[in-house]
Amino acid sequence: MDIDGHVIEAAGLRRGYRGGFEAVSGITFTVGRGELFALLGTNGAGKTSTVELLEGLAAPSAGTVRVLGRDPYRERAAVRPRIGVMLQEGGFPTDLTAVETVRMWAGCTSGARPSEEALELVGLSRRSGVRVKQLSGGERRRLDLALALLGRPEVLFLDEPTTGLDAEGRRDTWELVRDLRDAGTTVLLTTHYLEEAESLADRLAIMHSGRIVATGTPDEVTASRPSRIRFVLPQEVPAARLPLTLRAAADGQRVEIRTRELQRSLGELLRWADGSGVRLDRLDARSASLEEAFLEIARPGTETETAGIL
Amino acid sequence: MKASTTDTATEPTANQADPADAADAAGTANTADTTDTRNTGGIVNTAGTTGTAGASDTPRSTAEHAADAGTSASVAPPGAATPGAATPGTAPPAASGTTRTGTTAAGRLVALGRAELTLLLRNRTALFVALLMPVAMVVALRGTLGGMDLSGAGLSLGEALMTGGIGMVLILVVYLNLTSALVARREELVLKRLRTGELSDVEILAGTALPAAALALAQIALMVVAGVVLLGTDAPRRPEFLVAGTVLGTVVMTALAAATSAITRTVESAQITTLPLFLVSAGGSGLFIPLGMLPDRVASVCELLPLTGVMRLVEAGVSGGADTAQLTGDALGAVAWTVISVFAVRRWFRWEPRR
Repeated sequence: MDIDGHVIEAAGLRRGYRGGFEAVSGITFTVGRGELFALLGTNGAGKTSTVELLEGLAAPSAGTVRVLGRDPYRERAAVRPRIGVMLQEGGFPTDLTAVETVRMWAGCTSGARPSEEALELVGLSRRSGVRVKQLSGGERRRLDLALALLGRPEVLFLDEPTTGLDAEGRRDTWELVRDLRDAGTTVLLTTHYLEEAESLADRLAIMHSGRIVATGTPDEVTASRPSRIRFVLPQEVPAARLPLTLRAAADGQRVEIRTRELQRSLGELLRWADGSGVRLDRLDARSASLEEAFLEIARPGTETETAGIL
Repeated sequence: MKASTTDTATEPTANQADPADAADAAGTANTADTTDTRNTGGIVNTAGTTGTAGASDTPRSTAEHAADAGTSASVAPPGAATPGAATPGTAPPAASGTTRTGTTAAGRLVALGRAELTLLLRNRTALFVALLMPVAMVVALRGTLGGMDLSGAGLSLGEALMTGGIGMVLILVVYLNLTSALVARREELVLKRLRTGELSDVEILAGTALPAAALALAQIALMVVAGVVLLGTDAPRRPEFLVAGTVLGTVVMTALAAATSAITRTVESAQITTLPLFLVSAGGSGLFIPLGMLPDRVASVCELLPLTGVMRLVEAGVSGGADTAQLTGDALGAVAWTVISVFAVRRWFRWEPRR
């Protein structure tokens, strides 16, 4: 059982498809009660394949999954009443109205909220009498979210919940997800939006080619990456004149310095520039961001180098 | 989350649905009008109700609140740490089932069946096939059988028509209709979505089949009544055989429809994949030609067809000519076909589209 507070446990999880392709290649992580955990990755990284294993839609080809202490695939009937699921691509009969869809789900959901309340939660009250086929893509996503929230689940699986939403819809969904987390719901979401993971997640894992290549709080993941200083040297100053300790990489007059001690390196650079009377054009110094960490990890052919930041 | 249009409730799209929909739309439009900030209001409300552990105003159990309180202190109001909340993980709220309204298999089936019935009623093509095709077939059958000497089959014209009509309903309303419905739901990713919920796989298939099966049974009842009242056919002599045949037939057709949907990629191609069984049954299982009229050698082969046993039972129910041993064999044949289909479904049925 989940005495240790782990609501979701994945250990050595693998998922192979017919034809030999392995979408999930041995991943291990846990999610604690009330935690909001994000699986971040590019398309094809294995996020959806992983979430489907956690939801119990398929059995892993190796490894174990536990959700609320139980096997979500074999003990489906015991797990499902306590979880809420939003698929990356959910389907609804297009000839039912939004409220009919919710009502149907309510009849199949333990402790379901009233249908109108569920629609109001995602801002679809005004569209309740409209057929699903006449809803916009974003509205269908929100209807899907309403169904996931219908049974006030303890654990919520959201597979790219904001894909296809406009900026406002995305913000509203974030707010809703945050409120649910604050009320004690454990949330696992996948996303390829960095800002979404950065602003929502208590912890996150970056997936690439079926593996978790970095994991931790957003701060931990970014802290493992170097900061960056960029500037352009004047024509008459070759990059070779820069202090060697700065470990600069030059591309013509453009220089980039990667450092784990931004303040010290920047101070050294500025002192050198002042002392030599060099003007640094377009000077830009920034701490590592999740975006940078992500882009570096997701760059093709970097599977092995990034193992160090685990 | 504001809708992109400001006054969607008055759009024609909201009103084109059936009266019940229109009522729904009107109802929600009213509530929405009362508060402009309904969206944020709704969200704040949720946080309010689910976050207040002391209040027992929601179906969410107090045990669950206690569990929340144990791990996220920021949400838990003071006083939530009662002795009962000391071991939150050991008392999962949903498992108790007493504080939350659980669902039953029957309740889930009704919910899904109701939605499917709505869909069937809104699908003009399916409705046409289900309601008018059997009638058209019976009329056509009358033309064919009218010129035949049916004494060899031991049936009157009315009895032969009733038997054939019942077979038509089984194959058109249950088999054809359900194969298309299952393919449509699979391709729309509805089946996959349903599988994330509390319904079991069998319930999903049964719930989807429910309206078609109910419609078929209603039509058969109607056909028997119409035969007796309008055509002056004798009332079925052995109604118990008729009922057994009809029920078994519905089960076999449902299982075969699920199996057929596994080899059907689109709703359009369902018209082709369902054709073999339709033709074979029409010719060899007593739908168009009464079984007794077939030459012996052909008849012994046709006995192995999925619908033959069912049709024998139906024929015996209508005409009363019954040999119990023979009928037991027929019933077992239908059961065997059901078992084969169920095996095929378990082995090959697809819950989501091929990518």
